Amino acid sequence: MSRPDPWQSLATLTAARIALGRAGNSLPTAAVLSFDVAHALARDAVHQVLDVDGLVARWREMGGAEPLVVHSQAIDRHTYLQRPDLGRCLDEASAAMLLAQHLPDAPDVAIVIADGLSATAVHENALPLLDALLPLLDGLRIAPPVIARQGRVALGDEVGAVLGARLVLVILGERPGLSSPDSLGAYLTFAPKIGRLDAERNCLSNIRPAGLTPAAASVKLAWLIRAALARQLTGIGLKDDSETPALSPVLKAER
Amino acid sequence: MSYRASVGSQGYRFADLREVLARASPARSGDALAGIAAQSAAERMAARLVLADLPLRRFLDAALIPYEIDEVTRLIVDSHDAAAFAPVAALTVGEFREWLLDEATGEAKLAALAPGITPEMAAAVSKLMRNQDLIAVARKCRVVTAFRDTIGLPGRLAVRLQPNHPTDDASGIAASMLDGLMYGVGDAVIGINPASDSLPALASLWRMLDELIGRFAIPTQSCVLTHVSSQIRAIEAGLPVDLVFQSIAGTEAANAGFGINLALLREAREAALSLKRGTVGDNVMYFETGQGSALSANAHHGVDQQTCEARAYAVARHFKPLLVNTVVGFIGPEYLYDGKQIIRAGLEDHFCGKLLGLPMGCDICYTNHAEADQDDIDNLLVLLGTAGVNFIMGVPGGDDIMLNYQSTSFHDQLFVRQALGLQRAPEFAAWLASMGLIDGAGHLLPASPDHRLLADLRRRLS
Repeated sequence: MSRPDPWQSLATLTAARIALGRAGNSLPTAAVLSFDVAHALARDAVHQVLDVDGLVARWREMGGAEPLVVHSQAIDRHTYLQRPDLGRCLDEASAAMLLAQHLPDAPDVAIVIADGLSATAVHENALPLLDALLPLLDGLRIAPPVIARQGRVALGDEVGAVLGARLVLVILGERPGLSSPDSLGAYLTFAPKIGRLDAERNCLSNIRPAGLTPAAASVKLAWLIRAALARQLTGIGLKDDSETPALSPVLKAER
Repeated sequence: MSYRASVGSQGYRFADLREVLARASPARSGDALAGIAAQSAAERMAARLVLADLPLRRFLDAALIPYEIDEVTRLIVDSHDAAAFAPVAALTVGEFREWLLDEATGEAKLAALAPGITPEMAAAVSKLMRNQDLIAVARKCRVVTAFRDTIGLPGRLAVRLQPNHPTDDASGIAASMLDGLMYGVGDAVIGINPASDSLPALASLWRMLDELIGRFAIPTQSCVLTHVSSQIRAIEAGLPVDLVFQSIAGTEAANAGFGINLALLREAREAALSLKRGTVGDNVMYFETGQGSALSANAHHGVDQQTCEARAYAVARHFKPLLVNTVVGFIGPEYLYDGKQIIRAGLEDHFCGKLLGLPMGCDICYTNHAEADQDDIDNLLVLLGTAGVNFIMGVPGGDDIMLNYQSTSFHDQLFVRQALGLQRAPEFAAWLASMGLIDGAGHLLPASPDHRLLADLRRRLS
């Protein structure tokens, strides 16, 4: 019943949904369903609850330091989606818990793993990324990882400041695309403190097996972390020296 | 002065005009995020009662953002046409709504009125209008612009072909462009959002578009949607730039966040005009806007997001654009939470833009973290088609794999043309007919496997 487009061979050139054919002026049924399946996966990624226990258990298996678990001031997903300001602040109990940590030495790097807009991305790609990254940070003092529920990028500013870290790395789920519900973002901020601007960060985006692989991302991140600590900055100044297009500073509104 | 009204047994007081407008605005998450939304349904109605009785003139006397600190306010005040305003100068906002809806108010009157209307007046009256009012008045407005084809004529709808690719891959972009042209899409513009911002990479996109348009004599225009300063550099470097694109907002501070000001836009327009690449007109600018942009830059001055958006149209109006596109659902649920808010905002933006004399189009879209889906796109598409929107987006399958959001598709435009009887821009329709892609009634013809466009692309790829 549907009319195929005679240029289907071109579909191998792009992931875009081309040469779909038509049923009347609309899409063939298979194309409608395929789109809606992708949307369903992306929607579920946004609303899925971060499996903190599972992350902690897997982290222990990797032999890492005991993680600290925090929550932002966004009490639930509904609030989180409408109030980005609350997702950038620790709730009272979390702030007190972090303050009570007495780290023997000020860490070079604090790591925050947050759900962001896709818990799916965190479940699938956060630990593989850290597994590849941490050996590359040999010689640096790394704080115990902080796992944050309902967290945005700027939550790392407060976490990093409270822990007295020289630099904070925030790993979180990006706004899921229809073809990338599992995409992770990594943000670096030197001298974290509340009120840092997005232009003062560097970002790696699209970290997932079908995009920038965790292994490739870890190499870029390790380079950036060492460069940021050596030059004592992140943001536009760091980009100018790198020549790697993926290492773009964050100029757009935070996702 | 303060503003007061009662609803039920409760009295409400509003400190100033900004507060009246913000509280009167239909509910949306961005105004709540800014802390300026009405706290209750009754308070919202109290603000609307106040607004309905306000003289329109009040908006000329009281600037929402001071003249001294904001060049957008200065542009609005300095360019106001008192003679054009005269027919409605004695009206209140509530009476203005009725004047707009009156059968005696037609296309000519509305066109003559446009230079006399400020963005704040347009925003104010929109807050007293239901969706059907926004549609009824907008469809009486006619704004026609031209470059290589003519956009905005009665009974016509243009579509931007948006063949984005996450790595700007030339063959991937070419495949999406071919797909779009075969579906009869591309009369508004063929516009690429590049992933790269390096000039050599951008240059190859401009050349690719120019060669395609030239090779087949397609009556349309190209655009590479990068920062305006890069486009000025491209023009200086001799690249074939048709339209100059820029995102704009309604306050000087928000525009600074985009790295632009009015002087830079003026420079860009003059540079594009100097190339004289238009054949049937010289509207060389393409602007994009969207509610929430001022707040996201923390540059809203306590003004609600819909009024800030209307102020962006004053910026656009000054530069005689070919296309103004409100990207209504892209910004996310912290500004427009769900399908209802996105649909309302799309109708408001289209109405305000048309009333101010702009060639309004709409990127009818949503992100995956908004409470919206394809049904919301369909609804707004039919509503804006009915309202006479100048153009919409055409994204293959509705899935933009570069910007990670969903917009209207090549199929969607076929649907709305059929449902509402909307034709393409006349020059582009004639070209499609000459290429054997549509029949005399504008219906898509079955594509032949050895069509010229297809054969040409296959040859280039091999």
